[in-house]
Amino acid sequence: MDVNDSLLLPVVDEDGAPFWEYAARGELRVQACASPACGELRFPPRPCCPHCGSFDSEWRAMSGRGRIWSYVIPHPPLLPAYAEQAPYNAVLVELVDAPRIRLAGNVVASADAPLNSVDPARLRIGAPVRAVFCPAGPRGAVTLVRWLLER
Amino acid sequence: MATLKDATAIAGIGQTAFARRLPESEKTLACRAILVALDDAGIAPSEVDGFASYTMEETDEVEVAKAIGAGDVTFFSKVGYGGGGSCATLGHLAAAVATGQASVGVAWRSRKRGSGPRPWKNTAVQLPTPAQWTRPYGLLRPADEIGMLARRYMHAYGATRDHLFNVALACRNRANQNPDAIMYDRPLTREMYMTSRWISEPLCLFDNCLETDGALACVIVSAKRARDCRQKPVYLHSVAQGLPAQHHGMVNYWNDDPLTGPAWTAARQLWKHADFGPDDIHVAQIYDAFTPLVPLSLEGYGFCGRGEGGAFTEGGALETGGRLPLNTGGGGLSEAYVHGFNLITEGVKQLRGTSTAQVPDAATCLVTAGEGVPTSAVLLRN
Repeated sequence: MDVNDSLLLPVVDEDGAPFWEYAARGELRVQACASPACGELRFPPRPCCPHCGSFDSEWRAMSGRGRIWSYVIPHPPLLPAYAEQAPYNAVLVELVDAPRIRLAGNVVASADAPLNSVDPARLRIGAPVRAVFCPAGPRGAVTLVRWLLER
Repeated sequence: MATLKDATAIAGIGQTAFARRLPESEKTLACRAILVALDDAGIAPSEVDGFASYTMEETDEVEVAKAIGAGDVTFFSKVGYGGGGSCATLGHLAAAVATGQASVGVAWRSRKRGSGPRPWKNTAVQLPTPAQWTRPYGLLRPADEIGMLARRYMHAYGATRDHLFNVALACRNRANQNPDAIMYDRPLTREMYMTSRWISEPLCLFDNCLETDGALACVIVSAKRARDCRQKPVYLHSVAQGLPAQHHGMVNYWNDDPLTGPAWTAARQLWKHADFGPDDIHVAQIYDAFTPLVPLSLEGYGFCGRGEGGAFTEGGALETGGRLPLNTGGGGLSEAYVHGFNLITEGVKQLRGTSTAQVPDAATCLVTAGEGVPTSAVLLRN
């Protein structure tokens, strides 16, 4: 069985669903206020804009470029699918297009590689990364956003 | 304006044994701790008419009330966000007693986390939002979530593992003085800390609290009544809750500044209603589910400046005789992790003068609840 088949999958809520639908198409998009006077990005997705109160939103395309804001290397005890790949990295990536939007993810050697496919010694805060998309779960039910080290 | 300042007091405290595994149920342990606390105060169970607890408490007030033989109950509340609610239970009861909604209030915590299930293993309840943004990537446990903030904090301010060790050591040293602590006869050395196994780098085994079975309780009455009770009153001088703007729970990664957590919000409210400030605190009980929460809280509650929490721990500042003796029963790291309620009862012991690591003439104590989640805090004085 592929290492990505037994990971926990997002349980998607109504507000978050578009993020995952775009990810399945290979697009990294972030929710933004659609009020012309505002337009602020927000994450995680929610029903209305905390800046202006508008309930109109759109999903704005990001370049997929980011920097590592922080990271951890989890060790067991862990859930079985993760313990098999431990120690692995979990990172928080700030988007170059929107530095205060930070996405959790993993730095991997290629989109569908194991979570431990990059030597943790290669990770550092501030390192540039690029989004890739990895189908996960039964029949690729959900597409996870992961990250490659640039260069 | 009406104020809660010194209007109510803690008249009784109680606890069960702490252990990795206790044979009795959570409900039984809760009842034992509450009855000990009422006896400590010299108040009959039938006089209890108020209850306050916080979420992740499995024993409901209806169970406790009928088991201990409470009378008609006229006030009850449950505060959200697990360990962030410990001190808030005191605030809710203080408000209820001060406004006449109840006369004898009981707050408690009973847990079997040493021998029972751990919530992060229950994937069904963990996965709905906001976990959809973190759990699939293997950010599974609170240690992973706080480790992320800890690494950023260390990077931003030059805090080191030695600073985290200072926190773990202060708690362990106090536990070594406390026969009720799980780590009573188990000293910690720097070598043990530095060579222990990782849990979630940069956090090692000794950066994590102890999973514990046990229960605690305290009894709150009006200040006037407390003066006629069996024990010296410990007054609730100021209480506060804190849920900062744009905060997002333990994975607080999405606001402008994730390193200024709920402590900052609770602290502003707490000091606003107090007659004294951080420099006047004689002893502190700061929520220590993980060591990095202590430097973050020291900054939030105003004991030092932003980014100075690591350096504050140097030179024995957190030890007996230091600038701010910390978690004098051993805390969650070395006495017992009972969602912070043992920090409250230890604060009471300090002001009664009965702690196993007594700070001479301690007259003021800060107690805080879980940091990283929406939190609460209380200033105790005698």
